[in-house]
Amino acid sequence: MSKGSLDAPAKPGQQAAHIVHSEDVTPLQVLSPEGEVVNAAAMPNLTDEQLKEIMYRMVFTRTWDDRAVNLGRQGRLGFYAPVSGQEGTMVGSEYALTKEDFICPGYRDMPQLVWHGLPLYQAFLYSRGHQHGGQIPEGVNVLMPQIIIGAQILHATGVAMGFKLKNEKRVAITYTGDGGSSEGDFYEGMNFAGSFKLPVIYFVQNNGYAITTPFAKQTAAQSIAHKALAAGIRGVKIDGMDVLAVISAVQEAAEIAREGGGATLIEAVTYRFRPHSMSDDATKYRTKEEEQEWALRDPLVRFGKYLETKGLWSEEDTARVKEEAKAAVNEHIKKAEQTEKMTVAGLIDSMFETTPPHLEEQKAEF
Amino acid sequence: MAQMNMIEAIKDALRVELKRDPGVLLFGEDVGKVGGVFRATEGLQAEFGELRVFDTPLAESAIGGLAVGLATQGFRPIAEIQFVGFIFEALDQMFVQAARLRYRSGGRYNAPIVFRTPFGGGVKAAELHTDSLEGLAIQTPGIKVVVPSNPADAKGLMISAIRDNDPVFFMEHLNLYRAFKDEVPEGEYTVPLGKANVVREGKDITIIAYGLMVHTAIKAADELAKNGVSAEVIDLRTLVPLDIDTIVASIQKTNRAIVVQEAQKTSGAAAEIIAQINEKAILHLEAPVLRVAGPDTVYPFALIEDAWLPTPARIVKAANQTLQF
Repeated sequence: MSKGSLDAPAKPGQQAAHIVHSEDVTPLQVLSPEGEVVNAAAMPNLTDEQLKEIMYRMVFTRTWDDRAVNLGRQGRLGFYAPVSGQEGTMVGSEYALTKEDFICPGYRDMPQLVWHGLPLYQAFLYSRGHQHGGQIPEGVNVLMPQIIIGAQILHATGVAMGFKLKNEKRVAITYTGDGGSSEGDFYEGMNFAGSFKLPVIYFVQNNGYAITTPFAKQTAAQSIAHKALAAGIRGVKIDGMDVLAVISAVQEAAEIAREGGGATLIEAVTYRFRPHSMSDDATKYRTKEEEQEWALRDPLVRFGKYLETKGLWSEEDTARVKEEAKAAVNEHIKKAEQTEKMTVAGLIDSMFETTPPHLEEQKAEF
Repeated sequence: MAQMNMIEAIKDALRVELKRDPGVLLFGEDVGKVGGVFRATEGLQAEFGELRVFDTPLAESAIGGLAVGLATQGFRPIAEIQFVGFIFEALDQMFVQAARLRYRSGGRYNAPIVFRTPFGGGVKAAELHTDSLEGLAIQTPGIKVVVPSNPADAKGLMISAIRDNDPVFFMEHLNLYRAFKDEVPEGEYTVPLGKANVVREGKDITIIAYGLMVHTAIKAADELAKNGVSAEVIDLRTLVPLDIDTIVASIQKTNRAIVVQEAQKTSGAAAEIIAQINEKAILHLEAPVLRVAGPDTVYPFALIEDAWLPTPARIVKAANQTLQF
């Protein structure tokens, strides 16, 4: 199986030096908050149909999130981490990859999994604690959502090493937040990727808060993107509320990785409009003013304005997609609720390939 | 059959599997060029190349996580954690991420990973190099735990561990690495996981042990024999799965038992074994089952370790207590 290479960069720091500087980094932007093109050079090459598909996915994801919050309140979902505000980073980063590329998500990253091929009802089952939620269909290149912050960063690093050893031109991407960038696993993963020059993208959605802890208390680093420098990999900072900037940066990172240029750390500055989870109260640590300020940068509004000027999107389109999304959520939550219940015996049999005698014996109690 | 010490037998097992299965990878700190701090992997990089056997940067959690990621892509990683105390840095990746991968994915992914680590006292090593941490592993659902006591078993169990489709924590006692040579079968020799070995037959008392303590137990059995006591010694070989059937069969014959472990006394392998004996063989017992173990302190590296570790004399004393109950 091993026929690729694990060569280290010819010169230490080579991958990073021309990207990250000691000066402040201006986040990459393609569109202004008003939806005007401010950086045509970074504009990804997308057809009108593709642009509309991206908007479709963002509106769908927003509606799904609205519905999921309600389903959570009704007790029909378990742990759920809201995504509104982060559709630009989630939809955009997945859209920039191919289906052969591999996603190692954190727990908030359900949209990337679903747009990569995980059926929506399985996302709901995962939230409800049903094992079938993690039973990724064959051919869907993702891992289950990770709860331990940062653990998935190392898995993506291993997946990328697998691709490189097998000489496959595939890329692994992993997601964490601003809090995750403080974990040891974050540094260990990037350092390994630099050392083995692995095709992996570390995508940090910096939404300003690790549950309640503000970014200012998270690190004294100039930016999260600067942390790439220590690992000798590329570091990029982008406006995460601009879906086109996200696509541009991920496409570039993926292309470089595919061509053997190694890993990229992308810091996407974004905001979650809702609390961390259904049991969190964001008013305890965020001001109304701050929330209103970020609402003006809504990724759906910005991209919507751009598409409207091009004559590609209208209010009616948004209304239509919302209806479609609501219907899909209804159908999939029903399917989730009708899925055969888990049993303790089934759980026991999922621990090992062959259930050992002591577990066989314990099964008899259930 | 060739004469090998345990290090040579482990290396032989790794070579057999690297040769047989192109998905087998071997990596860790210093395992590549020099072949590990104990030379268990010496020559393997030269033989199989740097894409199969390689050094990693120094980070145990990443070594564990790399193994999990590679496992999802069809590889069969053998990850070395250089010394047992360093597993604390990798506990999430070993005992959560690898051990739960099959459950979390409903069988879509699995982790055919061997986490090798040297452990065990009596070699005057540095702090946190020689603890016995198998208790942490046996309390963890989803990972198998193997502790060989001799070269042939080390080879046979290692090959079984590598071929197993679930993660295995493979603990190699430092004091057995070069303690003695023994005959080791050539080629694809396997010892099944979950089968104990009665290394000495007896009729008066059963001494249950694993790893180096098997040899300490045999020395104690020799002492007991001088006083006409016939002790049976069981080498567990694997703690998960545990071969309780062999233990029960022995107790049905001897009606007395003690369990010896190098680890601290409380809530370890011995406690679990005694609990299972209670469930399955209590009516065959003439006396309580005693534990001979380290005290519940941190492991005292180097200076007083010989006083801390279970000795044949302590085993003999416990056996006599049991016999005279």
